[in-house]
Amino acid sequence: MAPGTAESEAAPGKDHAIVMKAITKQFPGVLANDHVDFFVKRGEIHALVGENGAGKSTLVNQLYGFHLPDDGKIFINGEEVFFRSPKDAIRKNIGMVHQHFMLVDNQTVTENVILGSEINLPVLKGFLDRKKARNTLVSLSKQYGLVVNPDAFIEDIPVGMQQRVEIIKTLYRGADILIFDEPTAVLTPQETEELFKVMRLLKEGGKTIVFITHKLNEVMAITDRVTVMRLGKVTGRVDTKDTNPRQLANMMVGREVLLRVEKKEHEPGDLLLEVNKLSVHDNRGLQAVKDVSLSVKEGEIVGIAGVAGNGQSELVEAITGLRKVGSGKIRMSGVDITDLSTWEIREIGLNHVPEDRLKRGLITKYPVYFNSILGKHKDEPFSKDGFLMLKNIRDYAKDLVERYDVRPRNINQLGGNLSGGNQQKLIVARELDDKPRPSRCVVVAQPTRGLDIGAIEFIHKTLISMRDQGIGILLVSMELDEIFSLSDRIIVIYEGEIMGEVKPDEITKEEVGLMMAGQRKAEEAVKWSDER
Amino acid sequence: MNRGKWYAFLVPTISVLIAFLVGSVIILLIGKNPLTAYVVMFQGAFGGSEQLADTIVKMTPLVLTGLAVGFGFRAGVFNIGAEGQMAMGALVGAIVAMSFGALPPVILIPLSIISGMLAGAFWASIAGFLKAFTGAHEVISTIMLNWIAINVTTFMVAGPLAVGTGTPKSPEVAEAAKLPIIFKVQAIELSIGIVIAVIAAIVMYVLIEKSTMGYELRGVGFNPYASEYGGINIKKNIIMIMAISGSLAGMAGIVDLLGVPPQRFLGELTGGRGFDGITIALIGRNNPIGIIFAALLISALRTGSNAMQIRAQIPNDIVHILQGIVIFLVAAERIVAALIEWKKREKVTA
Repeated sequence: MAPGTAESEAAPGKDHAIVMKAITKQFPGVLANDHVDFFVKRGEIHALVGENGAGKSTLVNQLYGFHLPDDGKIFINGEEVFFRSPKDAIRKNIGMVHQHFMLVDNQTVTENVILGSEINLPVLKGFLDRKKARNTLVSLSKQYGLVVNPDAFIEDIPVGMQQRVEIIKTLYRGADILIFDEPTAVLTPQETEELFKVMRLLKEGGKTIVFITHKLNEVMAITDRVTVMRLGKVTGRVDTKDTNPRQLANMMVGREVLLRVEKKEHEPGDLLLEVNKLSVHDNRGLQAVKDVSLSVKEGEIVGIAGVAGNGQSELVEAITGLRKVGSGKIRMSGVDITDLSTWEIREIGLNHVPEDRLKRGLITKYPVYFNSILGKHKDEPFSKDGFLMLKNIRDYAKDLVERYDVRPRNINQLGGNLSGGNQQKLIVARELDDKPRPSRCVVVAQPTRGLDIGAIEFIHKTLISMRDQGIGILLVSMELDEIFSLSDRIIVIYEGEIMGEVKPDEITKEEVGLMMAGQRKAEEAVKWSDER
Repeated sequence: MNRGKWYAFLVPTISVLIAFLVGSVIILLIGKNPLTAYVVMFQGAFGGSEQLADTIVKMTPLVLTGLAVGFGFRAGVFNIGAEGQMAMGALVGAIVAMSFGALPPVILIPLSIISGMLAGAFWASIAGFLKAFTGAHEVISTIMLNWIAINVTTFMVAGPLAVGTGTPKSPEVAEAAKLPIIFKVQAIELSIGIVIAVIAAIVMYVLIEKSTMGYELRGVGFNPYASEYGGINIKKNIIMIMAISGSLAGMAGIVDLLGVPPQRFLGELTGGRGFDGITIALIGRNNPIGIIFAALLISALRTGSNAMQIRAQIPNDIVHILQGIVIFLVAAERIVAALIEWKKREKVTA
């Protein structure tokens, strides 16, 4: 590791859009930023990387006026600034694209963009000049390749377009410095590519970009320079061309990290989960899963690859009893579980790590110890004669939190107050754990969405070790890397149909990518399978 | 968690104190002495055994309607229908209590109370069914059911069950159905109704905090999606929540009817006490113990206000103002929370 290269020692001057010097910020119990120096040159894409809790958000929140630093100075384009609120930051042409979009669902794209900076008609004050607003929006959208429909309602447009609306909103307010807070966490690979194109156009247009992320391949793909943070301090500052993911990961975590999980060959055992010609409808009554057949054996991980929204969620919900099956059969060790209740399916030993941990996986207002028995709460020893056995529950939770490294170890903490990574560890622990009844097969959806490298590594290792112990795992993920590194077999899904089944070591990611794109590349996919 | 418990107790207490402060300003404005007013009010509510008994008698149904609404809130359901469920409970319970006079009290009293509870439970579970299977919001359906219940009971008392003249009323219940009296001061009879109400509060506490069912009920209230994922049957639980809530409201009706002379269904009977349950649940923060104290507060304000009006010539509307301020502050809890925080910070910096 060679943090602090020559350029950082040179006094940051006029060619720097952002200079943050010796920024220190103390929160109760945590020194979130400890003399952090952060320099961004004008017109570059600068990655800010680090694990959850490293202090990245705190740092940019000070840059965007959410917090005042306890100590240190901030210069924007060479001029010292004191931001008391985001308004001050916006006035200095700083814009932030939040991870959780700040959009009004039942307003149009145009209305959202102008919200807070409305222009009125010249004559009728108090009435919006919609035409002018719309024209400005359309020209910005053309200039930076931000394809949006100005008249669509937010609730009707996909996540990727919502994000473009957020970007246009900042540009509309005149932003020259754009902060992207983990923008790719919610995007599909295709949408990520689109976003990168936009970021390149923004850079060509002279904008400065701060890009916060966990994903090191993205850092390598799009950025010019990188600042790495760990535990509130800067641990590295390098040019992207001089580094590699491995070095960055080491700087982030402070130790050697396995970017790829090591996996022994493992012989799959008996047939566990068997899905036969399954069809399922989505909430609008459209067929979301069409004639899907698949199987999972003991001790294997079957990955389902596909772009978000191609029927994966409906498939998972149907298997786990959360959604009615249209037609077809689901069996578990030969027992028909089609349309059994969620509880009955759980009792048979089919568990579920849900894709949305806050919506499904946890009751955020329940403490950790209550969350650790969700889905097992009626079983002994947690419940006896209709009463909760609090001591047993607490003992179990303590044990679980210890074995699966959920931090902090405090089981009285509310589930909602854990960090994302620890929430996910708790859920994975609960669903994979053998007590009080064996977990034989687990449907795991998006297990590492939004997690940092350390947590991802832990979850991957856990999944592999459970597979080695004979649990069958059906893994659904939008992360092709994850699918490739964990799966023994890969099933590609497109518009609810299976495009094919492949082995990860016999196919390239590009080929799977083509299958994920489905019909458009269908001929090539067919040709490819014919050649085999 | 400990901080949570203290905090839950602090907010309503501080709210009540602030309400009394504001109330004293208003009393000053109408040219009276607030201290005298409050002393008279206190005496009117707690000043002697008669006053105390009156306060407790009035408090009994309020505890139960408070529990009914509070239980619903804990499970994420807004039962506005306590008024109607209370009326139905009183009606059905009264019919049983009138009809089986030959039975001994040990059988007739529980039988009447249980039929009243079942009637309330049935009435509330209609709204539960509608919510579970059609998604109809319980606020709308319980309000509608209130009207039906009030009109049905009025019809029954004015028609098929009517006796005598004047205010529509049913016959008195059988002697064996009347609740035993703990003590009697002049016209006021204090029955064991309050004991039943307190037992109901304890049962509710155990059910919510200690039972597996309580785990599911609260889970459904906090996050129905996660509960469904955890194998909890949402539809069944919603109906169950409504039924239990309704049974408490029904109990309020029948216990009040059997415990307070004249032991008959008289006029409208409920008189808004079902709706008072919402206020009481709110002030008691849906905690069974808190609800008992909140019911005591509201009932003491009411008995005390009469004394205040008669002896200090202060209109008892003041009580409505006090009640309004308490509810306002408890609902807008952040105002009080901010006060507590500010106090703490002062201590730290000092």
